[in-house]
Amino acid sequence: MWLFLGSECLLFGGLISTYMLYRGRVQNGPHPSQIYDIPFTSVSSFVLLMSSLTMVLAVSSAHRKDDSKTNLWLLITGLLGATFVGGQVYEFTTFYREGLGFTTSLFSSSFYTLTGFHGVHVSVGVIMLMSLMGIIKKNKITGDKAEVVELIGLYWHFVDVVWIIIFTLVYLIPA
Amino acid sequence: MTTVNETHEDAQEHGMSDAGYIKIAIILALITALEVSTYYVDFGPLFMPSLLIMMVVKFVMVVSYFMHLKFDSKIFSFLFYTGLGLAIFVYVVALATFKFFIA
Repeated sequence: MWLFLGSECLLFGGLISTYMLYRGRVQNGPHPSQIYDIPFTSVSSFVLLMSSLTMVLAVSSAHRKDDSKTNLWLLITGLLGATFVGGQVYEFTTFYREGLGFTTSLFSSSFYTLTGFHGVHVSVGVIMLMSLMGIIKKNKITGDKAEVVELIGLYWHFVDVVWIIIFTLVYLIPA
Repeated sequence: MTTVNETHEDAQEHGMSDAGYIKIAIILALITALEVSTYYVDFGPLFMPSLLIMMVVKFVMVVSYFMHLKFDSKIFSFLFYTGLGLAIFVYVVALATFKFFIA
């Protein structure tokens, strides 16, 4: 898992670098400062940050072999993740209506690619969490359940860590 | 039956207690609030450094405590931070090639 996360670091490092290079290249369409809704994105960031807490509580419950609490925390984590993705869909829709399409400018292409890739990772994480809940309920994990929950947790925390960087570099630091 | 001692040992073995995780989350939330405040309050020349420092602190806290890197074998920390350092170096060099740091 750590090796996989290392390769993901390289992927997101490349996407973030590309965004940093192109964020000032706005030939057409709105400029970043004209469209970013910082209060809205701050709430989304807070939601994703708190999902890391609920995930670690799920891992903690799994180590105590408390399946019902593990599933409860996994469900809450999944719901928080889905809320974040919903917020991102809303944000993308709003930006599109304000004239920022994928091919509007180099800024828009790099922005949608970076945040879109992150959104896909969160969505995959939500699917993994829901699947994990299902296999825990059906008692289909033959080995150590806590280890499986911890592995999914590592992926989830990584997605959160990437957002910590994106939130600062993309949204808070102006172009 | 799980005893208090077993639960405590379990927490020691796998990281922190639940209360400890909640404390870390509160600290992370407070740092996030401080980050967002830079959007409304003028931090002057401290704006950029403070945001970058807060970002790194949050990153290290999540990786150390939530991802348990602090409590795992040191080899994982070495692998992760060495890889991360190398990746940052490569991308900084790539950005410098495109004259990103020249205003």
